[in-house]
Amino acid sequence: MNEQYQLNRELAQMLKGGVIMDVTTPQQAKIAEKAGACAVMALERIPADIRAAGGVSRMSDPQMIRSIQDAVTIPVMAKCRIGHFAEAQILEAIEIDYIDESEVLSPADDTYHIDKTKFKVPFVCGARDLGEALRRINEGASMIRTKGEPGTGDIIQAVRHMRKMNSDIRKITSLREDELFEEAKNLKVPYELVLYVYKNGRLPVVNFAAGGVATPADASLMMQLGAEGVFVGSGIFKSGDPEKRAEAIVQAVANYTDPVLIAKLSSGLGEAMVGINEHEIELLMAERGK
Amino acid sequence: MRTGVLSLQGAFAEHIRKLRDLGNDVFEIRSQKDIEKPFDALVLPGGESTAMKKLLDATGLLNPLKQLISEGIPVLATCAGLILLAKNIEGGEESCFASMDIEVKRNAYGRQLGSFRCKEHFNGEVIEMPFIRAPYVTKVGKDTEILSVHDDKIVAVKQGRQIAVSFHPELTDDTAVYDMFLKI
Repeated sequence: MNEQYQLNRELAQMLKGGVIMDVTTPQQAKIAEKAGACAVMALERIPADIRAAGGVSRMSDPQMIRSIQDAVTIPVMAKCRIGHFAEAQILEAIEIDYIDESEVLSPADDTYHIDKTKFKVPFVCGARDLGEALRRINEGASMIRTKGEPGTGDIIQAVRHMRKMNSDIRKITSLREDELFEEAKNLKVPYELVLYVYKNGRLPVVNFAAGGVATPADASLMMQLGAEGVFVGSGIFKSGDPEKRAEAIVQAVANYTDPVLIAKLSSGLGEAMVGINEHEIELLMAERGK
Repeated sequence: MRTGVLSLQGAFAEHIRKLRDLGNDVFEIRSQKDIEKPFDALVLPGGESTAMKKLLDATGLLNPLKQLISEGIPVLATCAGLILLAKNIEGGEESCFASMDIEVKRNAYGRQLGSFRCKEHFNGEVIEMPFIRAPYVTKVGKDTEILSVHDDKIVAVKQGRQIAVSFHPELTDDTAVYDMFLKI
């Protein structure tokens, strides 16, 4: 394994058990860091607003990303469009800690994802099932997250993707070893990656939950379903009391099996983000890039 | 020997696996009830020190663990753990356990593109050292022993029964750091 890729996978390991929060200003980044976020995602508009605004959504202004890099000491991530390797090159040039090749932005390519093996900087990608995850890993992603349905505050898709991922993994581990070749063909991924899943019963990289997490209970649900950490996009800064909600979600992830604590954390949090039901939206971002 | 691994955030599972492989009885520390039963050694893992500090405070684990450290429980601290033990953090950031007479520089090698692996001496052995957005030690007190230096920077120290390293022994096959910790 290439040394930089190994270090990039290991950075994702350091983020485990943590919450990565979407922020749009240095001030929000500071609130997130103070609340105990293990990283922030710098972007101009959070997914709920991207959804509301419509139109083409692109990589954020590098100057805006830099202002967030200067504001905090925790890792800073940023999004580029699916397949837009020139945006990724720009993010690498400003020494971003992690690039999210994200379906939240308008895809730049409807066939090819970025060849992430050509980059030194790490990538996280969304996946709805094992095949998608292994295809992204084969392209060089060093961290995976569920796609969920960003900007909705509706957890149903993240749950669906996490359950599907884990049931796909369980299926692989139950096969006979000589059946893995056929499974690799079905998943459209290299045999070696399927063999890794078969032997280890897990993805070769860290897997976070993302898309629709709005409450401490959502975070606990995703952790109990097997997520190794949580991304919270619109859920924090679209809510009534971002500071309190951010802290509550961080604590809920650290102690996700303690309902007494999570009951306390969930009390008096103010308005959660309003949310949109998955059936009420026209644009399913999770359908972008497979 | 019962070893507790602080498991609020970060790469605690890797330490747990490693310690179990070496035949230890290991448990996770996530809340105060986890430390009601006495234990023999403490591991502070890598992760984000700001997140861990916040959670130590919120869970009420900060003071009881601080007490145990001051009473001399053996401690192994890696990366973010090193920052938690340091008395001083360059730039004036608030310290956490402040039990080790050292000053540290956070993210001392820059952002993720500055992360690297190297082989370096540790306690008479050459071992693999992965540094991930790592800190290093800028000053040591008179009671602090320097265990390892890489490129003129101090990356491993010992004071009393506390061992603190900038790198991640939990991510390699070398056991030298654990061997020293388990023999304290």
